[in-house]
Amino acid sequence: MPEMTFRIWRGDSSGGAFAEYRTEVTEGMVVLDAVHAIQAEQAPDLAVRWNCKAGKCGSCSAEVNGRPKLMCMSRCGDLPPGETVTIEPMKAFPLLRDLTTDVSSNFRAKMAVKPFKPRPPDAPDGTWRMDQADIDRPQEFRKCIECFLCQDVCHVLRNHEKHDSFIGPRHFVYAAALEMHPLDTENRLADLKGEQGIGYCNITKCCTKVCPEHITITDNAIIPLKERVVDEFYDPVKKLFRIFRPGNARR
Amino acid sequence: MTRTDVPLPQHQGFGATSRRDAWWAQPLLVFLGLSAFVVYSTWAAFQGVEYHFSGRGANYLSPFYSPELFGDSPHAWFGPKPTWYPTWLPWSPALLILWAPAGFRFTCYYYRGAYYKAFWADPPNCAVGEPRSGYRGEHTFPLILQNIHRYFFYLALLFIVILSYDAWRGFWFADADGGERLGVRLGSIVLLVNVILLSGYTLGCHSLRHLVGGGLDRLSGRPVRKKTYDCVSCLNRGHMRWAWASLFWVGFTDFYVRMCAKGVFTDVSIIG
Ligand code: SF4
Ligand code: SF4
Ligand code: FES
Ligand code: FES
Repeated sequence: MPEMTFRIWRGDSSGGAFAEYRTEVTEGMVVLDAVHAIQAEQAPDLAVRWNCKAGKCGSCSAEVNGRPKLMCMSRCGDLPPGETVTIEPMKAFPLLRDLTTDVSSNFRAKMAVKPFKPRPPDAPDGTWRMDQADIDRPQEFRKCIECFLCQDVCHVLRNHEKHDSFIGPRHFVYAAALEMHPLDTENRLADLKGEQGIGYCNITKCCTKVCPEHITITDNAIIPLKERVVDEFYDPVKKLFRIFRPGNARR
Repeated sequence: MTRTDVPLPQHQGFGATSRRDAWWAQPLLVFLGLSAFVVYSTWAAFQGVEYHFSGRGANYLSPFYSPELFGDSPHAWFGPKPTWYPTWLPWSPALLILWAPAGFRFTCYYYRGAYYKAFWADPPNCAVGEPRSGYRGEHTFPLILQNIHRYFFYLALLFIVILSYDAWRGFWFADADGGERLGVRLGSIVLLVNVILLSGYTLGCHSLRHLVGGGLDRLSGRPVRKKTYDCVSCLNRGHMRWAWASLFWVGFTDFYVRMCAKGVFTDVSIIG
């Protein structure tokens, strides 16, 4: 059975280096399997996060040959044969150890988004009525598994470290799911424009490219939110209209 | 857990990446494609001649010169170059109007993302290190001005109407007896394809998508808006392809008319 060489980042916040491991790779194996094999056979102290091995828990995010990926969904057979495979932790978050990072900035960013605020129930039994056509858009966003690969690849976080002034693509997806929800009555546009920094996104679409759930982050969440921000803050004609047609124009 | 910033030491600086593919190829192609267009269209806009073709009764006008507000061709709306036009400014009918489609493309969400990468390396490509550490994005001046895109869209819509008329005129040919008859020549097709591609691009605009329904949370019970939103969304999914196809073809249309006017191309008759 063929062997493959893996170059894995080993280290913690005080420093580290790449270590090379060779392990047998069989048909259908994914990178996470290889990491587990290395952990079992050669490096019992190798830190790696995982849970479902099915691409659904979002735990095993890392960078395989420089590309942000779920290790459990990256087949070894799809990697260039005969070449060493580089596995690194995500770069946009503080390193804990080896392949694990501290993603808690994401939890803080999520808390900053105003929660769901539904209108009063439609029926006496306290339930609501929605049309599937209206919920299609938020449903795309609800596929998010919070793997944070989009946050990792986004240069605003990765290269410019604006974690405090930019909530990042995952949380724009979250905000969009709420903002476009047919029952929601909250207005998050001032936050998005202000402290959540949607203006920092320069729509380079790297987030969309890495999303394992194939959420069209930039086109379906971020740009529509940017357009709503324009409505509210940058479009004088729209403003004028609103004077004559008060109330929430979005419903 | 408190946040301690310890970036990995091996990934600093311009072009630093662990990617193994030719990540530079795509931004390079965008750079070359857009540069070629800017160079050609600027050159063509400054020519001020050979932008229309009337050989064998044709009515072709280069899209770079349409609408021709003032000018010497029969297509001019308000007659020749106005006397009040400053003498120190270079003159060409194209210079009066080209800022509108240029502004439309410049502020287009697709092109923005593409040229930020290709011309400004911000980032050079996904997961590749950047040359500068400071970053303001579209959060503050000057790039915050990109938010006027929808106004350029309104103008672009006007241009589509005008270019549709030009395409229609491209199917009419003057007779020897002073009348006009319908016909099809290669130029007619070139002008028609031009307006089709430009429409596909313009009608897939994100601002339009927002305007027709994206800005609403509920489209159920509004069948016309829902249908329109779905149509625009459908074009929007291919916005990048429309952007490139229409960019290439609008340049080619000018080139075709120009070459006919110069007498280099013979405008082949297809029907009539
Ligand atoms: S499109 Fe915006 S959010 Fe997504 S990676 Fe690019 S800058 Fe970040
Ligand atoms: S949007 Fe996609 S890439 Fe981002 S956290 Fe959710 S699933 Fe992961
Ligand atoms: S282990 Fe759950 S997504 Fe990979
Ligand atoms: S977004 Fe590309 S034309 Fe409006």
